[in-house]
Amino acid sequence: MPPILVFARLTVQEASRRRLLLALLILTLLVVGFSAWGFHKITTVTRTDGSPLPPEQVTLITSQLLIVVTFMYSGVLALSAAVVAGPLISSEVESGLLLSMLARPVRRSEVVIGKWLGLAALVTLYAAGSAFLELTAVSWATGYLPPHPIELVLYVAAEGLALLSLGLLLSTRLSGITGGVIALVAWLMAWIAGVVGDIGTGLQNSALQNVGTISHLLLPTDGLWRGAVYAMEPDVILAALRAAGTAGSANPFSAVDPPPTAFLAWVVVWFGVTLVLSIWSFRTREI
Amino acid sequence: MTVPRGEIFGFLGPNGAGKTTSVKLLLGLLRPTSGEAWLLGEPIGDLGMRRRIGYLPELFRYQAWLDAREVLALHCELAPLERSTWKDEIKAALATVGLTDRADDRVSTFSKGMQQRLGLAAALLGKPELVFLDEPTSALDPVGRHDVREIIRGLSARGTAVFLNSHLLSEVEQVCDRVAVVDHGRVIASGTMDELLSGTAVRVRVSGLDGEARTGLARFGPLDDEGDQLTFTKLDIERVPELVSAIVKLGGKVYEVAPRHQTLEDRFLQLLHEEDA
Repeated sequence: MPPILVFARLTVQEASRRRLLLALLILTLLVVGFSAWGFHKITTVTRTDGSPLPPEQVTLITSQLLIVVTFMYSGVLALSAAVVAGPLISSEVESGLLLSMLARPVRRSEVVIGKWLGLAALVTLYAAGSAFLELTAVSWATGYLPPHPIELVLYVAAEGLALLSLGLLLSTRLSGITGGVIALVAWLMAWIAGVVGDIGTGLQNSALQNVGTISHLLLPTDGLWRGAVYAMEPDVILAALRAAGTAGSANPFSAVDPPPTAFLAWVVVWFGVTLVLSIWSFRTREI
Repeated sequence: MTVPRGEIFGFLGPNGAGKTTSVKLLLGLLRPTSGEAWLLGEPIGDLGMRRRIGYLPELFRYQAWLDAREVLALHCELAPLERSTWKDEIKAALATVGLTDRADDRVSTFSKGMQQRLGLAAALLGKPELVFLDEPTSALDPVGRHDVREIIRGLSARGTAVFLNSHLLSEVEQVCDRVAVVDHGRVIASGTMDELLSGTAVRVRVSGLDGEARTGLARFGPLDDEGDQLTFTKLDIERVPELVSAIVKLGGKVYEVAPRHQTLEDRFLQLLHEEDA
């Protein structure tokens, strides 16, 4: 097996042996079960005259609640990716774990790419698995499915991958705790900057709008989150948001349009640049 | 400086002298700012050459969540060795370092000494032509140290060059064919044991000498001052009466005088003393 795949396999194996996967699976099943119960309760809500809510209203409430629940999942994914990626290389350099392996015919770039691939597989697997379970539960409880479930998984996974890439880059130079904290703070700041940009759009203030645009360029997590939100918006909500004009977009839990193609192209470039920087940074580090 | 095949070469120096840095440079783990070096005929940093090398780092640590056999299989894979040879290689390496009974135990349950044995086993995989051992016995008990010396001699017997980094001088003295002493990143002496240890050392047990008096003994050469025990690390045996007389004149009382052949420790201290002077 090529060294890249060996390091990818080791990363997955470590997460499994250290029971990270088991912990995430148990917590996810608990959340899915709890949210299925909650979504089911929506269908049992009655009006003051005792009649059940009409299906359109159930869909409306479910779709908005699903966005909030998905935000929690994306948060868990982002937190996990940052916390796991932060020490991915630095802790192994500090402990000496990498010394004996790097004395083998192994390139440092293979270590970086291998670890990225291993963790990326876990992030994607978690995003797909948790989305499948949650959407199945919601569909069972309410009969509702978001309009673009595949895109939803891709955007949420990409958000996790962005945090993983940033964490890995920081891990090539900084200690695990420092790298993890910086990645998390960056994720939160990007989210807040996205909200600021939305407010700028609402107020038609270009300076505030630029804050959002620049944050999307530096760390595309918020832009990807908006893509996930758009994938979950039913047509009726989209129509209402569009009718509200610019005010409709001033909300981190709403998206009037899908992410522009230029942004998606930038995301691809961003991943490439981050990975190349990580390789360069680790290659030039003294261990 | 050249280390031929089959030789056990000791690389000595005080803490911070540059021993581990030198090994990392040779293995391509650090980039040299200047200079050149070759390992097994290839320039340092050559990936292919690393297939023929074993390395036990000073800071040894292995995946706590793997068992010993899995750690060695990982190193077989990275080496890379033919998969068909893994089983025999792992079995032989575990037997050599005395870990056969713990092969299926997680590394997290290993003591520091056992982890060092595991690291040594990893360095021996694939019958390397050159093995770097950086403080290989730092975590081992006397039995373990004896075992490691035997392993090192075995490697040499089959033609493997061993580059031994250590500050345990008695150990180096017992196994090495040749040594180099490094200080502040510079080799200050090198040669075979016979070439290096040609002088005589004299140990004197005294009392009644204050600091000034001890300074007055500087003319007898490098001194290892351990309170009541003074060791003149290189002193011609003919000068012993003169030394005793000088101590008495300085107000000291002499209880014992023991001339002996210079040990590696004596020579090492002498070299560092001369370097500082």
